[in-house]
Amino acid sequence: MYVAVKGGETAILNSYKLLAEQRRGDTAHAELTIDQIRQQLKLSVDRVMTEGSVYDPELAALAIKQASGDLVEAIFLLRAYRATLPRLGNTCALDTTRMQLDRRISATFKDLPGGQVLGPTYDYTQRLLDFSLLANAQELESPTTNPASPLPQTVSSVPSVPRVVDLLNQEGLIERTDRSGHDPAPRDLTREPLRFPADRATRLQNIARGDEGFLLAMAYSTQRGYSHSHPFVGEVRLGQVAVEIEPEELGFALSIGEIEITECEMVNQFAGSKTEPPQFTRGYGLAFGQSERKAMAMSLVDRALRAEELGEPIESPAQMQEFVLSHSDSLEASGFVQHLKLPHYVDFQSELELVRKMRARLSNPDETPV
Amino acid sequence: MNAPEVNFAYLDERTKRMIRRAILKAVAIPGYQVPFGSREMPLPYGWGTGGIQVTASVIGPHDTLKVIDQGSDDTVNAVNIRRFFERTAGVNTTTRTQEATLIQTRHRIPELPLVEGQIIVYQVPVPEPMQRLEPRETETRTLHGLAEYGLMHVKLYEDIARYGHIATTYDYPVMVNHRYIMSPSPIPKFDNPKMHMNPALQLFGAGREKRIYAVPPYTAVESLAFEDHPFEIQQWQAACAQCGATDSFLDEVILDDAGGRMHVCSDSDYCQTRQDTKEQV
Repeated sequence: MYVAVKGGETAILNSYKLLAEQRRGDTAHAELTIDQIRQQLKLSVDRVMTEGSVYDPELAALAIKQASGDLVEAIFLLRAYRATLPRLGNTCALDTTRMQLDRRISATFKDLPGGQVLGPTYDYTQRLLDFSLLANAQELESPTTNPASPLPQTVSSVPSVPRVVDLLNQEGLIERTDRSGHDPAPRDLTREPLRFPADRATRLQNIARGDEGFLLAMAYSTQRGYSHSHPFVGEVRLGQVAVEIEPEELGFALSIGEIEITECEMVNQFAGSKTEPPQFTRGYGLAFGQSERKAMAMSLVDRALRAEELGEPIESPAQMQEFVLSHSDSLEASGFVQHLKLPHYVDFQSELELVRKMRARLSNPDETPV
Repeated sequence: MNAPEVNFAYLDERTKRMIRRAILKAVAIPGYQVPFGSREMPLPYGWGTGGIQVTASVIGPHDTLKVIDQGSDDTVNAVNIRRFFERTAGVNTTTRTQEATLIQTRHRIPELPLVEGQIIVYQVPVPEPMQRLEPRETETRTLHGLAEYGLMHVKLYEDIARYGHIATTYDYPVMVNHRYIMSPSPIPKFDNPKMHMNPALQLFGAGREKRIYAVPPYTAVESLAFEDHPFEIQQWQAACAQCGATDSFLDEVILDDAGGRMHVCSDSDYCQTRQDTKEQV
C-alpha cells in the first residue's frame, strides 16, 4: 500500500544516532582525542584550516574528528562556524621575509642568501609502507646537524631572508607589483559575493579557499598544454610568521601571535608585449600550515588566470576566471552535486510525462507535429 | 528546543540587514537578480541555503512557518529545515497552507491559492535562466541589461522545430513585469500560472549562486510561449487515488514490481484537507 513519506523526523534522529556509532567505531579501542589529531594528523589539520579559512588547529582537529576524517566535511563544519563570527579588524600584510623558516627551497638557484633548507618533507621519502608504525611505538631519531643545511634554530636567528624573486628583481628581470603608495583593502569574499571580472586579490582569495584537488588538476592542465606557462619554482617556504595589527589609536603595529604558513612564488617566462620587455612573471600561492601541494597549485592557477592582464589569448579552462573561480569551492561543488540525493519526484514526474508524450508521437507517425 | 547560543533565526542581525536590503532591491526591480553576500549556513549549499537565509531574514517571532519540499511537509529535507527554524527561532510551524504566514518551498507552489500578507520563499538552485545557454555570468548580465532575450526564444523555437512542442517541463522560464526573464525555480510548469498576479509576496533565494530576486504581489508573470504555440500545463488521465482530486499536480507512485502504479497529490496538505472534508460529509 502507498506509504507516504511520513516519519522523516524520526528517520533523521535515528540517522544521527547511527552516525555517532559509526564515528566512534568499536568501543574496545580508545577514543581518538583532539590532541592526537592535532599532533599526529597535522597535514589534515593544515588543509582543513586553509580551506576552512580559520587558523585554529584545535577547532580544525575537532572538525576532523566530528567528520570521521572526511576533510571536505570538516572544512564545511569550520566554515559554518566562522560564518557568523564578528570581524574585529584587519591585520597588517604578512611580511614573509621575516619568517622563521622550517623549510625553504628554490628550484631556480643552487645556492642563495639564507640557504636551502630541506626541513620536514615527504619529498625524498621512499614510499615503502613502514611496518614499524604498525607496532605503535616509534622511536624518534633527532636530526644530525649538517653545516651545509642549517637547522631551524640557526635560520631563526637570521632576521630577514629575502625572497628569491626579489633577488631577480634587482636586475629588473621580473615584473614588479605596483602597490601605488598603499595597499588597497581587499574584498572579503565571505561577506560580498564574487563578481566578474574579479581582480587579482579577489581571485587569490577565492583560490586560497579553493579545493586542493580541483586546483591541483587545473594547475596540472597548464603543464600539459592547456595554457602552457613554463613555470619554475622560484621558492617554496614554510615557517612561522608574525601576525600584526595596527590599532588606529596606537599608530604602530602590535604582534598578536604567530601562524605557520606555506608560501610559493612561481616564476614564469613571458615573451614580452608591445609595452613590456621580455621578463619573468609571477604566480603566487599561500596556505596555512604545511600545504605545499596546495600552495604550488595555487600559484600556477594564479599565473594562468593573469592571462587577460598580460595580453595572452584565453583559450584554456585554467585561464578562464568564471570557469575556475565559480567551481573551485568544495562546499559549493559538494553541496550541489550531492543535492541530487534530495527528492526530485516533481521534476521527474514532469519529465516522465514529456518522454511519454514524445514516444507516443514516434509510435504514431500519422500525427504530424503541429 | 530553543538553542539560546545562536541568534534568533541563526543569522546575526547585520547579516539579516544586508539580506533585507537585497530583498528590498529585488522587490523594487521584479525579476532582477540581486547579488548578495551569501553566508555559509550549517546546511549544505544546494539544499536550500538561499531560501533559508531569506526566511531567516524576514521571519519574526509571531510568524507561522510552513516548509515543503516537492509539495510535501514530510520529506526529510523539509523536516530538516523546519526543525532548523524550530530550534533557532522557536516559531510556530504548520503544515496548513492557509495558517502559514511564511512558506518556504522547494519545487512546488501549494495548490491552495495564496492570499495577501503571505510570503512564499522559493529555494533556487540556478537563478540564471540562460545559464545552460550561456554559462558566463558577465555575458548573461549584459543580456538582461539590454533585455536581449533572443537566445532563449531561439532555444524554445528549436524545441518546437525538433519535437513539435517546447520540451521544458519544470523551471520553465517566465517574463516578469514585462521586463526580466526569470527562473521560477524548478517548479513544474503546472505551477507557473499561479505566480501571475499572485496576492502574496514571492521571494527567491539562491545561496550557492549568491542571488536574491522577487516577484511583488500582483505582478505580471508570463510563461514564455509563441502565438501559435501557446503555453500549456501538464494534464493527467488519472485522479488522485487518495482524495480524488483532478485539479492538482499528481505524483506517480509505483506499487509493485509488476508495473502497478497509482497517482497521488504532490501537495500533501491539499490532499489531506480534501480527505478530512470527505470524512466529515
